[in-house]
Formats: sequence, structure tokens, C-alpha cells
Amino acid sequence: MTTTASKPLSTALYRSRRLRLGSLLTLPLVWLVGLYIVSLALLLATAFWRVDPFTSKVTPAFQFDAFEQLLANEAYLSTSLRTLGIALTVTLLSAAFAIPLGIYMAKVASPWVRGFLAVAITLPLWAGYLVKILAMRVTFTEEGFFNSFFGVFGISGPGFSQTTVVLTLTYLWFPYMALPVYTAIRQIPVNLFDASADLGAKGWTTVRTVVLPLLAPALIAGSVFTFSLSLGDYIAAELVGGATQMIGSIIANNINLNPPVAAAFSMVPVAFVVLYLLATRRTGALERM
Amino acid sequence: MVDTAATPYAVELRGVTKRFGDTTAVAELDLGVKPGEFFSMLGPSGSGKTTVLRMIAGFEEATTGTILLDGDDVTRAAPFDRAVNTVFQDYALFPHMTIAQNVAYGLKVRKTPKAETQQRVAAALEQVRLAHVADRLPHQLSGGQRQRIALARALILRPRVLLLDEPLGALDKQLREQMQIELKQIQRDVGITFVFVTHDQEEALTLSDRIAVFNQGRVEQVGTPREVYEFPQTSFVAGFLGISNFIAPEVAERLTGESRAITVRPERVRVVPAEVSPAAHETSVVGTIAELVYTGPATRYIVEGEHGLRIIAERHNDHAPTDTAPWSRGDRVRAVWATEHAAVVP
Repeated sequence: MTTTASKPLSTALYRSRRLRLGSLLTLPLVWLVGLYIVSLALLLATAFWRVDPFTSKVTPAFQFDAFEQLLANEAYLSTSLRTLGIALTVTLLSAAFAIPLGIYMAKVASPWVRGFLAVAITLPLWAGYLVKILAMRVTFTEEGFFNSFFGVFGISGPGFSQTTVVLTLTYLWFPYMALPVYTAIRQIPVNLFDASADLGAKGWTTVRTVVLPLLAPALIAGSVFTFSLSLGDYIAAELVGGATQMIGSIIANNINLNPPVAAAFSMVPVAFVVLYLLATRRTGALERM
Repeated sequence: MVDTAATPYAVELRGVTKRFGDTTAVAELDLGVKPGEFFSMLGPSGSGKTTVLRMIAGFEEATTGTILLDGDDVTRAAPFDRAVNTVFQDYALFPHMTIAQNVAYGLKVRKTPKAETQQRVAAALEQVRLAHVADRLPHQLSGGQRQRIALARALILRPRVLLLDEPLGALDKQLREQMQIELKQIQRDVGITFVFVTHDQEEALTLSDRIAVFNQGRVEQVGTPREVYEFPQTSFVAGFLGISNFIAPEVAERLTGESRAITVRPERVRVVPAEVSPAAHETSVVGTIAELVYTGPATRYIVEGEHGLRIIAERHNDHAPTDTAPWSRGDRVRAVWATEHAAVVP
């Protein structure tokens, strides 16, 4: 029999469950708890601090002034609702593009076309975030590509507006929806499509009754990205939104002037995301994730 | 226009060819399935039988030729416009729907009233004896149960023709034999034409009223189980259905004096001592026992003999259980059969 004496460390790791867990979790836990959660908690704690009205100095306290300011000012409410609307529209648009594209890629396209489209979807992820927003800016500016091209037909573009913010955010976050949806469609056995047609369902009925329910987990995974990333964005609003304000814009404006208000307002998107996750959990789709 | 005048067939294929790129999956096929019959398409994988089934269902479109259902030309019709339904090889149950929802799917798509749907679903589940699993999901069922649900889901629509694509292929042998009996009973009860694809010759023989034997995109022979088994028209059919001793014309000439290929089934061949001379009406080959195969109900002897022949003889084990085989390897023996028991292959 030939046995090679293993290194003692490997043996100890293999035998001790605690050591093994420790070596797996130390780094991620330091990162997650130390940096991520603690800094978020500190930010939220700031919401209860006090701003000296004369010196603008912030001192630790426990008061609800920031929240009262939020509730008192209608602009905050309308901005919250506008941001929610933008995030939901971006999510719906991404899903509406991703589903037919995914069905085409997974079930119709030749391997070559499929590969090309997969690259086409993921390639923009390599370009910088600002670069992509600037590209949209160039497209939709007054003398930009959209107006000079479609102007010939008497169509004028949306300019810098809420519509352009929606288009830009959809452009930015679409890959995060398209990839999970495409992967999920690939996993639907072809013969489910056959079976549905065989039982009398036409194309749209099959999509509605077979494809969509089976895609629910992927749609939710994708929408968590498109929804929460849109909810937190403010640079798109600033660069292509014209006068459009989002939650992020207001937080950014207040971050130096009035940190407690900025912190309090930060809780709004967090609350939206939590509500969104609770709503999706009710559909039961998370269990099948 | 094709002549769609009265056809005696529930399903008819006229000159159907299907090409995938450069490969021809089905070539110039003519086939007729009679109403109410249990018709099997039997052949090895890649012989075109499943492609034919998929063309009848509408999943594939024939490259050329015509497909008629009850005399109507459906060659270009979509699957949802054909009065046929399919039972898929791996069942293709919708994983996110309960069993009852799966069975109700076709009725729901047709916007059948709720009360009628409920009643028909209950009846369909009753027919396959699975009323108690109505609220479960497909993955909670066994393979045999899923199979029966797939059957119920297709039959509930009362199709003119039911297509079955190797429906028992994924089941183990015992369950499969039980399902064969059940399938045959259900077919007799509902009186619907069944077109059944299988590569299992025993299954085809057991179930079918008629069998079409496929090979390389063509039909080699169509006939009752008895016809295709006892009177194979080609050497392929003789070899594919059961075990067969195929004797080429030149060898047959030396044995019988007639230069025609013959085939004889192992169960019709006896093994006797080499010295025993055959009767006038018998044909025989002298050789040695090269192998004995005990299969339970029978024992197979492989006799290697004159003219390079390998003759398989099968003896039913009807002797006392304690008795061993009367022959052992290396024995000089004579394989004998009645000359008229050999079928001539045209």
C-alpha cells in the first residue's frame, strides 16, 4: 500500500467542521457585516440626528425632525411616486423585450445567431455606466441623432425628459433581465411547447399559460435588479432627465446640506424594495427560485 | 389539388417525404390507418417513425406529399387545428399545473364551460384510476402515474386519432407490461384510432391490430402482428421482429434445393442427436452446440454448423425444474425443422 502523508492542515480542515466553516465564512462575513450592514445602519441612524439651524452642524440625537420634513413636503411624496413609476416601467419594458427575445434565442435561433445575440446583450455591460448615459444624451439631445433622423418624418424625440430617463435606465439594466429570462426559457423542455399546441393552444396562449408561469422565478430575479437599480439611480435623471427629479436626486442634493433628511429619504427606496419582495413572495414564485 | 374523395382511412399519408437539410428522414411514404385500429409504427431509432408521428401531429411539416385526417388535407395545418392529440415520450406534463389543471388544459383553451370541464376531468381521471392525485403536481407522481395522466390529458379532448410516441419507453419492464394491458383496454373502451410509435417489437406484437415496420425512412412491411412475425417480407423484418434464423438463397439451395432465402423461428427448430436422420418433410443442419442461453421459460441453443450457419433453437423449459438441459456445449447435434415451417422471404 502506498500512502502519501497528507499535510496536517488539510487533514485538520477535513476533520474539523468548525475550521472548515471558519475558513469559508470569515472573509465574506467581515465584508458583509463590517462594511455593508454597519455602514448602512450608520446611515440610517443619521436620520434621527439633529441639524443646528444656524451652523448646519449635525449632532447625534434621537428625533424625528427629518421624517416630519419629509411628510410635510409634497415634493418628496410626488418624487417617491415618480421614482416608483419609473422603476416599474423600466422593469416592465425590460421584461417585455426579454421574453420574446429569449424565446427566439432559446427555441428558434441557430446556434450562431444565438451566440451573436448573447454577446450583443452582454457586451454593453463592459462599457462604463457613464459612457452609456452619455450615449443616450447624444442620441436624444436637441440636435441629436434621434431628432435629425426622425425629424425627416416630422417626428420629434422626447428630448431630456422622464421618457428619456425610462429609456436610458431600460437600456442600462436590460441585460440583468434578459440573461436570467433567456436561461430560464432554455430550460423549458421543447415538448411543453409541442404539448400546448397539441392540446389546442395558439402561440400567445402558450406564452401566457405555460411560458410566463415557468418564467416567474427568472422574471423576479431579473426585476429585482431592474427595479432596485432604477430606484436608486439619479445620474440618468440628472444627465438626460431635464427637470425630472428622482429619489436619488433629492438625496444627492441633501447629502451635504441636510444629512438627516438625505438618510431618512434613503429609507424610501429600501421600503419599496422590501414591499416588492414581500409582494413577490406572496405569489409563491420565490420558492421555485 | 389532391383528390380527397372518400378515403377508408382515419389517417392517410400519400407520398410523404421529409428532409432535414441533406438527410431524408422519411422517403415517399404511403400509409393508411383504419378507423378504430391500434396501429403501431415499429422500427429502430432513426428509422423515421417518430418523424411520421410528428408530421401527423403537425409539429413537423412534410417536405412533399399529403397527409389526410378523415379525408381532410391537413398537410399544412397547425397542430392546434388538428383533431389529433399526442401522448409524449417523457409525458410533457406542465410542471407548474396540478394534475387536474393539466388534464383540463385542452378544455380550458377551448373555453369549455366550467361545470362541463370539471365533470369531464373527473371522468378522465377516473378512467385512468387516478382521481386521488388531482391536486398534486406532476413531480409528485411516479412515472407510471404521469404516463396515465398524459393519456387522460390527451383523451379528454376525444380526438379522432391519438398519437403515442414511445409512451412506455421510460417505464420499467413490469410496469410497462401492466400499462400495455391497460392501454389496450382503454383503446377498446374509447374506440379511438391509436397510432403508436415503438422500437420494442414485443410491445408492438402485443398491442397492435396492425404494424408498420420502418427502416431507414421507409416502410418495409405492413400487416397484422401474425403476418409480420410469421411471414416477414424482407430480411430486415425477419431480423427485427424477434429472433430469426435467416438463411441466404445460396445456402438454402443446398439445404432444400430451392434458391430462395428462407427464415425460420427458433421455437420451430428442434435439437436432436446428430445421428438421427431427418424425416422427408424436414430440413436439418448438423453442427456443434456453441452456446446455451438460459432465459427462464426457455433455453436457447446456438448451433454452429455446416455452410457457416448459426442456427438458434429454442426449447420451452417444460421439463421438471430440477432437470438440467439435455445438451451441453460442444455436443454434436442436428438442428431440425419442418420444411414448411420456414417462411420464404421474397
